[in-house]
Amino acid sequence: MSQIIKGRAIVEDNATLLRVNEDGSFADVPASGTVLVPLRQWQAQRDTLIARGHVGVWLATDEEAEDIAGDLAHFALIALEFPAFTDGRSYSNARLLRDRFAYKGELRAIGDVFKDVLLFMKRCGFDAFAVRADKDINEALKGLDDFTEYYQGATDQPLPLFRRRSSAAH
Amino acid sequence: MIGDYAKYTMAVACMYVYDDFDQKIVDQRVAQFRDQTRRFLAGELTEDEFRPLRLQNGLYIQRHAPMLRVAVPYGELTSQRVRMLAHIARKYDRGYGHFTTRQNIQYNWPALENVPDILADLATVQMHAIQTSGNCIRNTTSDQFAGVAHDEIVDPRPWCEIIRQWSTFHPEFAHLPRKFKIAVNGAAEDRAAILVHDIGITALKNEAGEVGFAVYVGGGLGRTPIIGALIKPWLEKHHLLSYLDAVLRVYNRYGRRDNKYKARIKILVKAMTPEAFGAKVEQEWQHSKNGPMTLTDAEINRVSRFFVDPAYETLPGDDAAYLAAKASHPAFARWAERNVFGHKKPGYAAVTLSLKKTGVPPGDATDAQLDAVADLADEYSLGEIRVSHEQNLILPYVKQSDLFALWEKAKAIGFATPNIGLLTDIVCCPGGDFCSLANAKSIPIAESIQQQFEDLDYLFDLGALDINISGCMNSCGHHHVGHIGILGVDKSGSEWYQISLGGRQGAGASLGKVIGPSFAQDDVPGVIEQIIKVYVEARQDDEHFIDVVDRLGIDPFKQRVYAGRTRAEAAQ
Repeated sequence: MSQIIKGRAIVEDNATLLRVNEDGSFADVPASGTVLVPLRQWQAQRDTLIARGHVGVWLATDEEAEDIAGDLAHFALIALEFPAFTDGRSYSNARLLRDRFAYKGELRAIGDVFKDVLLFMKRCGFDAFAVRADKDINEALKGLDDFTEYYQGATDQPLPLFRRRSSAAH
Repeated sequence: MIGDYAKYTMAVACMYVYDDFDQKIVDQRVAQFRDQTRRFLAGELTEDEFRPLRLQNGLYIQRHAPMLRVAVPYGELTSQRVRMLAHIARKYDRGYGHFTTRQNIQYNWPALENVPDILADLATVQMHAIQTSGNCIRNTTSDQFAGVAHDEIVDPRPWCEIIRQWSTFHPEFAHLPRKFKIAVNGAAEDRAAILVHDIGITALKNEAGEVGFAVYVGGGLGRTPIIGALIKPWLEKHHLLSYLDAVLRVYNRYGRRDNKYKARIKILVKAMTPEAFGAKVEQEWQHSKNGPMTLTDAEINRVSRFFVDPAYETLPGDDAAYLAAKASHPAFARWAERNVFGHKKPGYAAVTLSLKKTGVPPGDATDAQLDAVADLADEYSLGEIRVSHEQNLILPYVKQSDLFALWEKAKAIGFATPNIGLLTDIVCCPGGDFCSLANAKSIPIAESIQQQFEDLDYLFDLGALDINISGCMNSCGHHHVGHIGILGVDKSGSEWYQISLGGRQGAGASLGKVIGPSFAQDDVPGVIEQIIKVYVEARQDDEHFIDVVDRLGIDPFKQRVYAGRTRAEAAQ
């Protein structure tokens, strides 16, 4: 079983990620264990998946946080994909899920995830990171400490520096 | 030795000064980039991974070597920082740097493994290369005469600094569809070219005297030049950052990512229409308006305090000795006419040092020249220097009584060419001599035109005339807004030049029209000469070149230029 970063710890990944098959059909949902399904599968099999439980959904970058905003209570976790780390749409989806739709559960970054983007992800509300299999996860974890101060408010610290400067200076 | 620079440190009253937070962020960036460079050299980061990371720190791999672009936030420099730029040119490069059309400076010859050290040196004088390239929010640009201009309504610099801090490592907008440029103007005349930026901001005052902003989006040059559209005529000042967040979020989510040539915000705004885009932003903004990103008066005051006026002397008005020197020295008078800008304080002037001497690539300065400029700034301009987007340097606080002495010293370092705003004050990208994106060279074109118009009497007679040269469609030389625009194009492996007329920057910004088939390099100066002749024959009284083009259209120019040319000489 592969490992992920959860919070600041390296833990075993207990979720199975399903993708839509090449012919457009949905993959079979395993009988047990936490499963992450693509948005379309969630929409197609919503009732069955709710009955099964232990289900999460993952969004591609062209899918929108609004598409699942009404279903958040059903999810064990949500994952947002970075097909390439240079596609930053999942940052906005993450912030919308946290800041606008008040999602409190696990929010996992999947795809092109490695050291140099981990802190951006964390700041946008991700708390779990499925680091690319070919990257050193211990090295990646250090990326969360690249910076210790930030100017603008974001999900992890909604107060911008200008609202903290004077109190933090002493 | 970096320590040597400490002795030059002097109190500069009118510049943002880092506190421990600002310094820590820049220092941590140096450490992060050092680690990224190490991992790249060790093979832990692939070229494809390292490229976007290094670009976000201004590092390109160019024709000859890496090119490092260093940020000059809104064009403000101190003598201490200019000495550091000279030191970097000397120690890590080949003794010169190139000021860009976005008020930055770039070095063409640093070695990749030295770049972390360069950044560490820069950090000692509160400078960096953060977000000077890549698909992120770039350096915010502004009026080179901010704070001293006679026509200023609102000093744009505090707002530029507030935007700089907000945009620095903004996590949500670190990987936008494409690069993103913001410019702020606060004067009657727009010297920041805000209408050709992704976001253009005009700082203004309402009838009650309160500061607010007019926000334009979707302007830009490049392949699809578009003039920005006004989407917010009045934005109350406290809401600046939450509104910018909303604009960027709409762009980050909906801007095209399938085609890099259609990925700028201007394409999205055009596709949605400015009205629909503005409405979408408004809708998004309702969620964050009045939230934590709302600027506080304390923060606005904190930042504004850095930009208060220096201790000006009370002077009676125009300096008698200065006026007398102009009367008795025609060459000095000529320089004063072109290179001295009206100051808001009686008896003071802002001086433009021309980096457009014939034979020198436009915008280039050597380490010795940079050191000399720093000395001039310390002696005559309270230690402050500005960079203009026309690639010249400005001394903003010069007493008129010092102008003659300053002129003589500027002449000695080759920075006193009296050509600001004239035909030879050419805006020019590095072009095919340096840039790996370029289709054609641009520096030799600028030089050949400057040589063609060496006669100063003739040059002054021709008056205000902007020539802009870009070596490719990326339009770093802003050719679309040149009165005469020259664009390098590649035709089956050889370099040709397309000429456009009628572009202009500023409040009435417009895009030039291409006059026809492109020309070979050797023909360009002659073609410019013919265009100028049409102007000289047609002008009425003191009519400027651009006004004649507006009045007559491009046809008379076109006819003259192409008369007698065969298709072989000017191939499409």
